[in-house]
Amino acid sequence: MYKQIENKFVLRKHQLDVGTITLSQKRIYILPSRSGFVLAVVLFVMLLGAINYNNSLAYALTFLLASVTTISMLHTWRNLYKLQVHIGNCLAVHKGENIQIPVAIKNPDNFQHLGIELAWPGQKPIHVDLNPEQQHLVKLTTPALQRGYQPIGKLVIYSRYPLGLFHAWGNLNFDQRCLVYPTPSENKQLPPPPANIYNNVDSGEGKNGTDDFTGQRRYQNGDSLRHINWKALAKERGLLTKQFGNEAPHEYVFSWHQTEKIEVEHRLSQLARWIMEAHQMNLHFGLELPHLKLPVDHGDLHYHRCLKALALYGKSS
Amino acid sequence: MIAQQQAEPVRYRDEQSQPPFNGIIWLLAAILLVIIPHLLRLPIWISVSCLSVLGWRILTEFYHWPLPSSLIKMAITLSLVAATYLQFFTFNGLLPGSALLTIMLCLKLLEMRCIRDAMVMVFLGYFLVTASFLFDQSILSGLYLFAVVFALTTTLIILNHPLASTTNQRQYLSLTSNLLLQAMPLMLILFILFPRISGPLWTLPSNQTSAKTGLSDSLRLGEITHLAESQEVAFRVKFNGDPPPADQLYWRGPVLWHTDGRNWQDLSNQFALHKFPPKHQPYFSGNAIDYTVTLQPHKQSWVFALDLPANLPNNTSQRFDYQLIADDQVDQVMRYSVSSYPQYKTGEPWPLALSAALQIPPEHNPKTHALAQQWVQRGLTPNQITDQALELFRQQPFYYSRTPPTLTSNDPVDEFLFTTRRGFCEHYAASFVTLMRAASVPARIVTGYQGGEFNPMGNYLIVRQSNAHAWAEVWLPSQGWVRIDPTAVIPTERIETHVDTQRFQTTLVDALTAQQSDWFTQKIYWLRSSWDAANNQWNQWVLGYDSNKQRQFLHKLNFGDLSGKQLLFMLLLSVAIIITGVMSYLLYHSTRSKDPIVTGYQRFCKKLAKVGIKYQPFQGPHTFCALACKKLPHLNQQITTITQCYIALRYRPGRSRHLQQFLRLVDQFNPHKD
Repeated sequence: MYKQIENKFVLRKHQLDVGTITLSQKRIYILPSRSGFVLAVVLFVMLLGAINYNNSLAYALTFLLASVTTISMLHTWRNLYKLQVHIGNCLAVHKGENIQIPVAIKNPDNFQHLGIELAWPGQKPIHVDLNPEQQHLVKLTTPALQRGYQPIGKLVIYSRYPLGLFHAWGNLNFDQRCLVYPTPSENKQLPPPPANIYNNVDSGEGKNGTDDFTGQRRYQNGDSLRHINWKALAKERGLLTKQFGNEAPHEYVFSWHQTEKIEVEHRLSQLARWIMEAHQMNLHFGLELPHLKLPVDHGDLHYHRCLKALALYGKSS
Repeated sequence: MIAQQQAEPVRYRDEQSQPPFNGIIWLLAAILLVIIPHLLRLPIWISVSCLSVLGWRILTEFYHWPLPSSLIKMAITLSLVAATYLQFFTFNGLLPGSALLTIMLCLKLLEMRCIRDAMVMVFLGYFLVTASFLFDQSILSGLYLFAVVFALTTTLIILNHPLASTTNQRQYLSLTSNLLLQAMPLMLILFILFPRISGPLWTLPSNQTSAKTGLSDSLRLGEITHLAESQEVAFRVKFNGDPPPADQLYWRGPVLWHTDGRNWQDLSNQFALHKFPPKHQPYFSGNAIDYTVTLQPHKQSWVFALDLPANLPNNTSQRFDYQLIADDQVDQVMRYSVSSYPQYKTGEPWPLALSAALQIPPEHNPKTHALAQQWVQRGLTPNQITDQALELFRQQPFYYSRTPPTLTSNDPVDEFLFTTRRGFCEHYAASFVTLMRAASVPARIVTGYQGGEFNPMGNYLIVRQSNAHAWAEVWLPSQGWVRIDPTAVIPTERIETHVDTQRFQTTLVDALTAQQSDWFTQKIYWLRSSWDAANNQWNQWVLGYDSNKQRQFLHKLNFGDLSGKQLLFMLLLSVAIIITGVMSYLLYHSTRSKDPIVTGYQRFCKKLAKVGIKYQPFQGPHTFCALACKKLPHLNQQITTITQCYIALRYRPGRSRHLQQFLRLVDQFNPHKD
């Protein structure tokens, strides 16, 4: 209970945002850019020259440029104002791969917002030009650095358009996090199939032919997409899953204890590799971790459930 | 791979990425426009080096050549800077300064890599535009340089648009115009209210460009055989009230005293009279002429006024010979108001001045001396001697010619008076004064301008360099210094050019006086007058806008005399108001959709909203249509047609010809009808 309150408090403190962020006045900050400061110095020297030579056109040009600079500040600010940023769910990836986060930026105005940039602070940005009343979908990419939930962290949406003299930005603290599975181990060798009471009935009967088609049944949740009878679907006979002769016999239960007794991460990597191999070969498998058992099953959902368990192993919450 | 990504140490900065290709092309074009006016003033080798660097950079962009190494850059930079020094022997001064800046700007092209470099070049470009204004502030120069600023600003926009390569260039042009237009009010208020400081902050390097005036501070008799007819404006005069007649328009300039028989110049230093004011103020009579002169910069300290001025403009002093001298040389357009009295009687001069007015080398011009002695021996008074001399010019076949023969002998006055007898104002003034001095009548040459051209478009007088003139003044004990213009007594039939017969009679040009002038001549004249009137306004209100003019202007607006603090407060207040205004314009003016399809549909939705059917943001047109049909079943047909029309127009290309039909349907739609 206390923890929950604390969490909420901390969340509020960091101002994590959920769903869509509209860039309101409070969210947009603006400061002169480095080039802006350089121009300010140039303008000051020009003003001194104008005063000294009492040159009207030099005065006029200095004032014109100072005014254009000021007006460009308003433009840069307006460039971000009212933009709506929505962040989507990211697909789980393995550690070491790149996380891709879909971001939708919407321009509700009837004028263009050009030169919008979106990035993690200090990283190379994604550039977006938004036409009137247009929504733009971009994918932000970041390396998955750690197993478990990786928060996407603070994003910055910023713009220097039109003159580059001001830098306007808004911080986007989305509460989104991405699931990162362990890096699969290099060792693809599956452990020996255990002499399991459930499944050695048909083993060794030579049903190793990979494509022995044995029939089909109604699609069930978790069936591999690879085995859907697409032709049947095209003929509007509904979703059917093809069944193969070699599916049934090979059932594995990958266990924590089967891995070499080395570092935790290595063990998780090995388990992840086995699960991937088994899933690819369309085997039925289960997973045994200390404090957690996932019964033998197959299909994409099961596959991800297992990897998720590995990803979150040893992580609180 | 992971390690590599983590090790990426440099923080990303937008300014360090490469500028877009079209940005570079725009930059190069803008730089070219910036340096052209400078190159026209600078020695040719600077143009050659700058343009070749520019050309090289263009090729680099097309063929992806590498940029030169820092050693080569250093060598080029040092040699060009050294060459500049050898050219001018100083870096101080406007011309060497602009040369150095121009070269620097071009050399920066050798090392421009990232957006930040390119932006610095744009800023340097702005700076060089300012430097151009120090040389030329005419309307045309202003217009040209404004176009350059436009190009530079467009460049800045393109450089700062990451997706510039895929965007239509016209869009940038319209954005630049918008930015500049929106900046105008702010710029104007700054221009009007920004406190103007009179006097320079530090001493200005003197400008080495030559004087451009029809006058000079010395006169060499017989050397000029072709009088320049420069139409350049010397100054413009606005009279309060009617302008005086043409024969009173003598604009006093440098007075020449010392002669060696051929050359005339200012008093030599031994007289130490230079800084002396007049010994007595003249006694004025008759009506004063009040006028304001707008003097074009002529790089001299001469200030011109009608004979004789009764008051002095600011920062000006009057010499003992009534010539007005500005404290500094006139580098800027100068405006001043003077009242002059055409009728005056000068008081007693400094005794030294009288003796200086009699100085003459006795060994030169013996015939002239003999003639003068003859008059003196006849016992003529100074008045009569003066008349005798004028009579000589009038009676004898003296011609006014703009292309007189050269006077080659050692006695040029003798040669002119007795042999050639063809010359212009200098010849007549110098001969007349020589005659007077030979007859012991104190005399001096006054140079300046005579006459002018009245501009009916702006009601002012234009005095051009071709109006430059020289006349004489003699000292007559009863009258003081009296102006005598020997040129004016030459009868009309002996004047070779038509312009010169006019100058003492009228200030109106032929096009207006001659009856027979054709339509075309009149139109050309009208155009020319309008253009000069525009230049005059430009000088009055833009170039001549200084602290005085600022005070006058605020007075006119009924603000009275504002203290510096009040002025600053007013400035800040106006700036705040204008910025708020532009901001609200940016935010609210443009929120209305300009797409007729969208506005049409919005009108349709508004009509439905009035009967309680509101369009929710999460609804699409289809859903909304279904909802509306359910609530208003009797309008089912109309609602569906309008929605289908809208969807077709909006989402299917090439249906724009149905727009009128759609808008008519929306107009006819009335859910209140029942």
